[in-house]
Amino acid sequence: MRKAELITPSRRGFLGTAALSAAAVALLAGRDALAASHAGGQMASSQDVNILNVALGLEHEGINAYTLGAQSGLLQKPVLDVAVRFQADHKEHADTLIGAIRKLGGKPVEAKSLAEYAKALRADTLKSQNDVLELAARLELGATNAYIGVIPSFKDSGLAKVAARLAADETMHWTLLNNALGKPLPAGGMPFGA
Amino acid sequence: MPRALLTACALTLAQAGFFSQAVAADVAHGKQIYETICGGCHTMDANRAGPAHRGVYGRKAGLAPGFNYSPALKNSGVVWNEKTLDRWLKDPEAFIPGQIMGIQVDDAKDRADVIQYLKEESRKEGSRR
Repeated sequence: MRKAELITPSRRGFLGTAALSAAAVALLAGRDALAASHAGGQMASSQDVNILNVALGLEHEGINAYTLGAQSGLLQKPVLDVAVRFQADHKEHADTLIGAIRKLGGKPVEAKSLAEYAKALRADTLKSQNDVLELAARLELGATNAYIGVIPSFKDSGLAKVAARLAADETMHWTLLNNALGKPLPAGGMPFGA
Repeated sequence: MPRALLTACALTLAQAGFFSQAVAADVAHGKQIYETICGGCHTMDANRAGPAHRGVYGRKAGLAPGFNYSPALKNSGVVWNEKTLDRWLKDPEAFIPGQIMGIQVDDAKDRADVIQYLKEESRKEGSRR
């Protein structure tokens, strides 16, 4: 039963014991050098941690949105399988961000309760599979644009690269969701970011 | 009515129409930019990764109910108006060091239009509060 594989944040407990993904290990490989680099390094790390934590907040929201979608009972196969896959991607993103934040000496922001996400995302208005897909597509598009938007703000170009990779993942999600909704591709090039 | 006066009235009405149309276009563009650049973290009526925005124009920074702000922003003493929002959107870290927003709106017209949109939306009553 794939629905059961949609793990709720409380069960996963990823703030405490998450294993780092290969991407996170690669990400963290250069952090010690950054920390020991120069006098301005501490400020740069602090700003980067702040940005990473906002990104982590978005990933928490994405994970919980897919949980809400699954628990709504509105998703049918094969859409449910896709949602499971996308939620797993967001958990990997969150693990990566948590690892980076800790390595930089920061405290990862914790997820809110599922009820809080349900209220903020107006889960009570979801009445069909398309409603769930519309919500997911909106969040994926927002995340794409957010990751693109923060790239210039990172002091560490390695983190900017990670943000670009995360943006690419979110774009992939959005494209598939948009297709599932039967919507056309955006007109013209460079439709993301501004 | 003298012809010159009629002409002046017609011009005034035409100008009024032009300017109201221009303002409307700016708000529409501001909404589009808001949804593209800000919409990943913000909505008007719910706190997400960023605070809810309805009512932000004219409000002191750090006062959206229920949102956990950075100390830097909460203690900034800034009141959001056209000037402060422009500085914030142009470079939030330069304006309030230690804040947590990593997004900038680079284009001056985009910033002006987003501010106009925020101003308009701040006048409306929240739909979900």
